[in-house]
Amino acid sequence: MELLLDSLFNGVAIGSVLLVAALGLAIVFGLMGVINLAHGELMMLGAYTTYVTQLIFKLPILKPFYNSYIIVSIFLAFIVSGVVGILLEKTIIRKLYGSPLETLLATWGVSLILQQFVRSVPLAYGTGLVISLLIGLFLPTTFPSKIKESINFKYFKFSSWIFAALTGVLTGSVISSSVSKLSRASARNVDVTAPSWMRGQVEIIGTAFPKTRLMIIVITLISVIAITLFLNQSAWGMRIRAVTQNRQMSDCLGISTEKVDIITFGIGSGLAGVAGVAVSLLGSVGPNVGGNYIVGCFMVVVLGGVGNLLGTVLASFGIGIMTDLIGAGRLLSIWPDMPLPLSNTINFFATTSMARVMIFALIVIFLQFKPTGLFPQKGRMVEN
Amino acid sequence: MSLSKIKFDKKIVLSFWIILIALIIAAPTLLPVFRLNLLGRYLSLSIVALGVDLIWGYTGLLSLGQGIFFALGGYCAAMHLQITSSSEFPNNIPEFFALYGVEKLPFFWEPFRSPVFTFLAIWIIPALVAGLIGFLVFRNRIKGVYFSILTQASLLVFFNFFNGQQKLINGTNGLKTDVTQLFGQMVGSESMQRIFFWITAILVIAAWFFAKWVVKGRFGNILIGIRDDEPRVRFTGYNPVIFKTIIFSIAGSLAGISGALYTVQSGIVSPQFMTVPFSIEMVIWVAVGGRGTLLGAILGAVFINYAKSLVSEALPASWMFIQGGLFILVVTALPEGVLGWIQGDGPRNLLQRFGLKRKIETYPSLEVNNKEENNE
Repeated sequence: MELLLDSLFNGVAIGSVLLVAALGLAIVFGLMGVINLAHGELMMLGAYTTYVTQLIFKLPILKPFYNSYIIVSIFLAFIVSGVVGILLEKTIIRKLYGSPLETLLATWGVSLILQQFVRSVPLAYGTGLVISLLIGLFLPTTFPSKIKESINFKYFKFSSWIFAALTGVLTGSVISSSVSKLSRASARNVDVTAPSWMRGQVEIIGTAFPKTRLMIIVITLISVIAITLFLNQSAWGMRIRAVTQNRQMSDCLGISTEKVDIITFGIGSGLAGVAGVAVSLLGSVGPNVGGNYIVGCFMVVVLGGVGNLLGTVLASFGIGIMTDLIGAGRLLSIWPDMPLPLSNTINFFATTSMARVMIFALIVIFLQFKPTGLFPQKGRMVEN
Repeated sequence: MSLSKIKFDKKIVLSFWIILIALIIAAPTLLPVFRLNLLGRYLSLSIVALGVDLIWGYTGLLSLGQGIFFALGGYCAAMHLQITSSSEFPNNIPEFFALYGVEKLPFFWEPFRSPVFTFLAIWIIPALVAGLIGFLVFRNRIKGVYFSILTQASLLVFFNFFNGQQKLINGTNGLKTDVTQLFGQMVGSESMQRIFFWITAILVIAAWFFAKWVVKGRFGNILIGIRDDEPRVRFTGYNPVIFKTIIFSIAGSLAGISGALYTVQSGIVSPQFMTVPFSIEMVIWVAVGGRGTLLGAILGAVFINYAKSLVSEALPASWMFIQGGLFILVVTALPEGVLGWIQGDGPRNLLQRFGLKRKIETYPSLEVNNKEENNE
């Protein structure tokens, strides 16, 4: 019983990391048909945001609130990755709607640039850049509609971008002068230390669980609930679903598909940032941290069925539990006296990397029977 | 008037070939050893790019897993070289086995003692693996993006397997070939490298002609049909699965040959050949050179890699930026690639933009409709 609980918890923990990482991808891929290979790098940005937030909260002014930095960083990571995602949508992805393979290649280029950016630009100025992007993108939308409709709006826009750039440079230099660790570019991995209330373990029904893992499960749970509520209850969620189902018809009915695209992509990217916070709690953070997750995320989305959040949830927990079962060789401890060839096989796959081999092979076999995933989209088209 | 329609004089074509062959023969004396070796490697990479062009440019299958077949070919060659030059090591097996306490040669190494078997294995094994993966995927009508994702997942499966199995194939360290012997000569020696360069150059030309032959005629037409409208091909009575599987195997075996040539010239084969970025790079060589133009794939592979080595020598940090920018630029601005742009309407449009050439008037509605259809 204890063993089963242990295995279940481990599986859920692995699965929830996958789920929070795949959630944003499921939205972007499922609702917009965009293959975002830079998703992993958006996660990486979220993880770095956690690191930067942690260092800033060590400053004397914010020291008393240090323990709450992880909560703050969840929101900040959402904003940072979301802003970068919106920029991406506005500059590149907008041109490529309807051709998923092209988005795949272009976003791969973006991911290379983001990786090298983190390596060769000091994090303080990176933060400044994100802040100026944030102001530049959002300040014009807050102007009263009288200005927005006037013919001189482009000058207002231009001046707000100048203001944004100045603010960005200012914040960058303030941060770099006050936090020395952020003032130099470095390709080395950094570590995020969990606040004291998150260290250690919790005992539930006689078994000890690490608190960071529980935290990740909580983050995942909140993200899933929030995104479900948003898509099903809010006005914008309804518009997003409408555009997903029939873009032309929604456009005719007065829904601004352009805005819907921006919001969907922004939310998907922001969720990648939240996943980055979760990932930063698991190990050290480096420019390549996102790349480890991206293929797993795509497998979750494909296995779950595109455009179906429930499928994504089930698929990620399924993969998580299977990974734990195979990777830790648990079948052997459940059934100790199994025949020798079988136990040898299980031992052969009882490492993390071999478990991955097994899982991917199982997914490919599964797709032989259900090529469109657990919950396929219904339709009568020849071509989907 | 587009460039592809210009008929070259037979004499010009002939003299072009004579110059090319003269350059290939003279290259070892013209270039320093280091550059020659690099050129040889990049030429061998252009063979895998030809394969990518066949499946992506002509059949519309974007595979992100060509690294599997590339590495398989490399491993076949390296296993043969390792095992034939292991006579002085304990137990008559390659040296690295001693590190892990393996005394008996794993069974699948045995056949690689024979040069004939190895020679066949280099292109047949990748073709078989590609055929199997392809058949399983195509049979279910998995296509487009899903195909890309599945090939990438298979790539990771193979990477993890090769990376984790120290006792079978030396795991993450890979197999070294430069200190092994072939026909009594060191593989890493200068004279051998020169021969490998010539073999590579000849095989690139052979592969090019082969690929041209494949895409010519009815077979090629069906491939293009599959790319442009697969259901229509199916309704016409053809079975796309067979054609897709065949072309995917051909691309796999080209990748295997390319991997073997690359391995003997770079001196090592390791699971690094199966990393995700490397396989995506292969696609980018084709995208930049021009998909659907076989020559573009070759030129793209050679020039991008040469640029990579030159830029990385001068400014190590900036290559990633340049490469990323190139991806985005090619996809958004030059979807046909450089050669496709030259052969297509590119130069004319450019001249029109500067007012040097008269615009060709068409019905605007025709163009709009075409675009709409493509987006669907």
